[in-house]
Amino acid sequence: MSSRQAPLPSISVDNVAVIRGNRIVLRGLTVAARSGDIIWVRGANGCGKSTLLRLVAGLLYATAGSIQTEGRIALADENLALDANLTVEKALMFWADMDGASADARSAALADMDLQGLAQVPVRFLSTGQRKRASIARVLTSKADIWLLDEPYNGLDSASCARLDQAITAHVATGGIVLVAAHQPPSINLAHSLILDRPEADA
Amino acid sequence: MKAFAALVAREVRLAWTGGGLWLPVVFYLAVATLFPFVTGPDKALLARTGGGILWIAALLATLLPIERLILPDRQAGILDQLAMRGWSDELVATTKIIGQIFAFALPLLLATVVGSALIGLPEAQLGTLLLGLALALPALSGLSVTIAALTAGLSGASALGGLLLVPITIPLLIFGAGTLSENPGNAMQLLAATALAITALSPFAAGAALRAGRT
Repeated sequence: MSSRQAPLPSISVDNVAVIRGNRIVLRGLTVAARSGDIIWVRGANGCGKSTLLRLVAGLLYATAGSIQTEGRIALADENLALDANLTVEKALMFWADMDGASADARSAALADMDLQGLAQVPVRFLSTGQRKRASIARVLTSKADIWLLDEPYNGLDSASCARLDQAITAHVATGGIVLVAAHQPPSINLAHSLILDRPEADA
Repeated sequence: MKAFAALVAREVRLAWTGGGLWLPVVFYLAVATLFPFVTGPDKALLARTGGGILWIAALLATLLPIERLILPDRQAGILDQLAMRGWSDELVATTKIIGQIFAFALPLLLATVVGSALIGLPEAQLGTLLLGLALALPALSGLSVTIAALTAGLSGASALGGLLLVPITIPLLIFGAGTLSENPGNAMQLLAATALAITALSPFAAGAALRAGRT
C-alpha cells in the first residue's frame, strides 16, 4: 500500500499542439499517466520527445490543447544543472536545500547511482556517463513524484543502466510516474509505450 | 527564505570563483591608477576631475560581469530547474541583483577608498563620492542583470551589452557627477530617486527578459 498522501500524481496532456518558428513540433497529442505508470516516449529525431517533456515540466507553453499535472516534477535532460566548480556532493546539496530534502536523501541518491566514490570530485571533472548519473541523482534527491528523463541511458554503462532501471522501478512502486524519452528501450517491463510520429515540416 | 538566501549566496560564490568579484575591482583601480599618467601629476586637476573619472570607471566596471550573470545558468539548465520549482523569473532576477550588490557593489565601494587615494581626491569629496556610488551601485547591479538577461545567448552579447548599458546610465552619471559640485544637495536627491526607481524596476525587467529567453 502506498504511503503517499492524496492526491496521487498524474499527467494529462490533451490534444496538444506545439508550433515553434514555422514548424509543427507536436500535433493532436494526448497522453494520460497515472500513479505507477512508466511511459517510454520514443520516435525519430525531432519528433518532439524533449518538447513533450518540457511541456509537462511547465517550461514550454502549448500552442493549443491543455496540460495538467498533479505532483512535484523533476527533469533530467541534456543540461546537467549542477555547478561545475562544486563537488558532486555539494552540487547535489544545493538542490537538496532548494527542495527541502534531507541529507539522508542525498546520501541515498549518491548510493543509488554509485557516486559515493565521486562525491568529493568537482562536477567539471566527471565523464559523460558520470555526469549523467549525477543528473539522475539530482532527480532522486528531489523526491519528486513525476520524473521526466530525457535520454537517460546515453553514456551509461550496463551496470549504471541497471541501477537506473532499479531506481525507476522503485519509484513507480511507491506511486510515482516516470516519462522516459529514449531511442533505446529501457530493460524494465514498461506499462506504456508512446510513439511520437514525425510531424509535418511546415506549419 | 532559506532557499532565497542559498541562491544569493550561490551568486556571491560564483562571482568569487569565476573572477567576477575581483575583476571589476582591479579594472576600477587600474583606471584610477592610469588616469594620473594621462593628465600629469597636477593635484588641482586631479582633485577637480578625479571623482568624475571614478564614476565613469564604476559604470564601465559594471559591464565586466555581464556575460557570466545569466548565460551560464541558462546553458546549464539552472534557470529551468528553478522555474520548475515555482521560482518566478522576477524572484530569480532579484536574487541575482542582490548577489551582485554583495559581489560587485560592496567591493567597488571599498575600492573607491583606495582609488580616491590613488587619484588624490580631497577627503571632503570622498564622503560625497561614496554616498553617491552607494546609491547608484544597486541600480547598476540591477541594470547589469537586466542587460545580461536581455543579451544572453546573442552573438556579440558583450558589445551589445555595452551599447545598451551606457545610454541607460546617463542619468545616473549626470546626477552622480552633480553630487561632486559645490552644492550637491539637489543632485544627490535626484540621484537617489533615479537609482531607487531603476533598482525597483530592474527585477521586473530582468524577469521578463529571462522569460522571453526561455526556449
